[in-house]
Amino acid sequence: MNLDQLKQVSDFEWHIAPSGKMRVPAVIYADRALITEMDDKVHEQITNVATLPGIVQAAYAMPDAHWGYGFPIGGVAAFDAEESGVVSAGGVGFDISCGVRTLYTGLTAAEIAPLKQRLADRLFTHIPAGVGSTGQLRLDAGEMDAMLRGGARWAVEQGYGNKTDLDRIEEHGCMAGAEPGQVSEQAKRRQRDEIGTLGSGNHYLELQEIVEIYDSKAAERFRLREGEVVVSIHCGSRGLGHQIGTEFLKRMVIAAPGYGIDLPDRELACAPIHSPVGQAYLGAMRAAVNCALANRQVITHLTRKVFADLVPGTHLTLIYDVSHNTCKEEWHTVGGQTRRLYVHRKGATRAFGPGHPSLPGELRDIGQPVLIGGSMGTASYILVGTEEGGTRAFSSACHGAGRAMSRRQATRQWHGRALVDELASQGILIRSPSLRGVAEEAPGAYKDVSAVVDAADHAGLARKVAKLKPLVCIKG
Amino acid sequence: MGGVYWEHFPHQADMGVRGVGPTLAAAFEQAALAMTAVVTDPASVAPVMAVGVDCEAPDDELLLVDWLNALILEMAARHMLFSRFEASLHGHRLHATAWGEAVDVEKHQPAVEIKGATYTELKVEKDETGRWLAQCVVDV
Repeated sequence: MNLDQLKQVSDFEWHIAPSGKMRVPAVIYADRALITEMDDKVHEQITNVATLPGIVQAAYAMPDAHWGYGFPIGGVAAFDAEESGVVSAGGVGFDISCGVRTLYTGLTAAEIAPLKQRLADRLFTHIPAGVGSTGQLRLDAGEMDAMLRGGARWAVEQGYGNKTDLDRIEEHGCMAGAEPGQVSEQAKRRQRDEIGTLGSGNHYLELQEIVEIYDSKAAERFRLREGEVVVSIHCGSRGLGHQIGTEFLKRMVIAAPGYGIDLPDRELACAPIHSPVGQAYLGAMRAAVNCALANRQVITHLTRKVFADLVPGTHLTLIYDVSHNTCKEEWHTVGGQTRRLYVHRKGATRAFGPGHPSLPGELRDIGQPVLIGGSMGTASYILVGTEEGGTRAFSSACHGAGRAMSRRQATRQWHGRALVDELASQGILIRSPSLRGVAEEAPGAYKDVSAVVDAADHAGLARKVAKLKPLVCIKG
Repeated sequence: MGGVYWEHFPHQADMGVRGVGPTLAAAFEQAALAMTAVVTDPASVAPVMAVGVDCEAPDDELLLVDWLNALILEMAARHMLFSRFEASLHGHRLHATAWGEAVDVEKHQPAVEIKGATYTELKVEKDETGRWLAQCVVDV
């Protein structure tokens, strides 16, 4: 990105002053190296977001921002319904409520070492991943609607996990305001047998070793100890979410002119929050959030079963579950006033600081765990929300490394089999139904996640707590 | 290359699909083949099962996205891959048949699942030689 177009406010904050149709400034959090490498499209897209009706304060881009659809991936924007604010299907994305959850195992890497191959094989066999895979559940119409209303709470009621899991999930495992009636038959048809599946692309299930602790107080509260192993699951709302995203993008593109909205880019398709289309989308999108929460809950159950078989006596407890493609109704202080806003996070993680009422009691004084996924060969991180973050991008942080090169470039540079062997020599076991998929997801095709996380930490978006290194990766 | 072909074009996180042909329908068919090629080698997919697809949109560009999304829905819900397409267009209405088979992980080695066709880099146009081009980015 051309730095001449930006005003540098600090080492980690860059502003774009409003011009043309922009209603508010745009703000990018990144260090000089990250922003220099950032695609010019991020500048164009974040500037476009700043033109949308009812946007509050600024349009924000996280340190991992890259070229997305309408919104950059790594984009955050809040809208006030009472000021003709909009909700945007593009601002949430196709994979609604895609997110990460991390489970505590209480096992050390040394204890896992002799079981690693078997765990990898067993997890790969038991957790459906990749194109065409199906879950064990078949939902009829009534069960589908109950799942879309209940989210992870529904899954727990069906026997997938424990009630104590729910407190460790955003919205306590169930997004209010879901309206299954707003979800099309096509979307439901796509989901019929997909509950409890990982999907493909950058989705994964990993065993990770905690290799470094930066904040011992927060680490202790999250039960993170150096040398121990956690399980992280990265996936979303599967076919149902994709279909809802697709359908509402079109509905909003067609409806926008009628609402007097001049879209700078069709992907920014949006509708006023107080409009039939806006309300229908919110009802469907919240149902998709529940679908994602149920999905991760069922996968958690399958993971627990594998561990119970191979390592009897282990109890995998949920550390936290975050969603990074959402639009949520939240209260934020803007210019001294507390306002109800619709915060879009597209490839950005909510990062509530200490004291936030939505946090479970035992974490309330420390802040929300912020789970940042890496790629197969690189690190993942756990951060914690800060009070300072509340004054930055509506308590939001990055979500991952973000791609640095296209899939085609990646397949030219790496071969799946060679990559799997190379990672195995580093002690990282990959299991995937597709070697081409592995090559497309080569760690080298991603940005340096450590630089992204450092920038988020220095910018005050969230504070680093622990670094995780992959041991086993089940890839869709 | 000849007058009828498909190709991919790069996008930082995803993949662009492009179809070219002497008619709009041919360009749409080629774009669909390009989409299959994001997942697997189209030559590995036997065209043994037919599925009908109908869609309608306010303009040709939205229609291309609708067409690809209709196929994505059929691929996902039926767990199928398609390798042969026959489309006919009447105004902004499309009627098509897609032939393919059920996903076989061993045989097809599917690289990635497609989430949706997008409006990014979306273009449907006829060049000065009368050849049609239809393209957009698909989210994977």
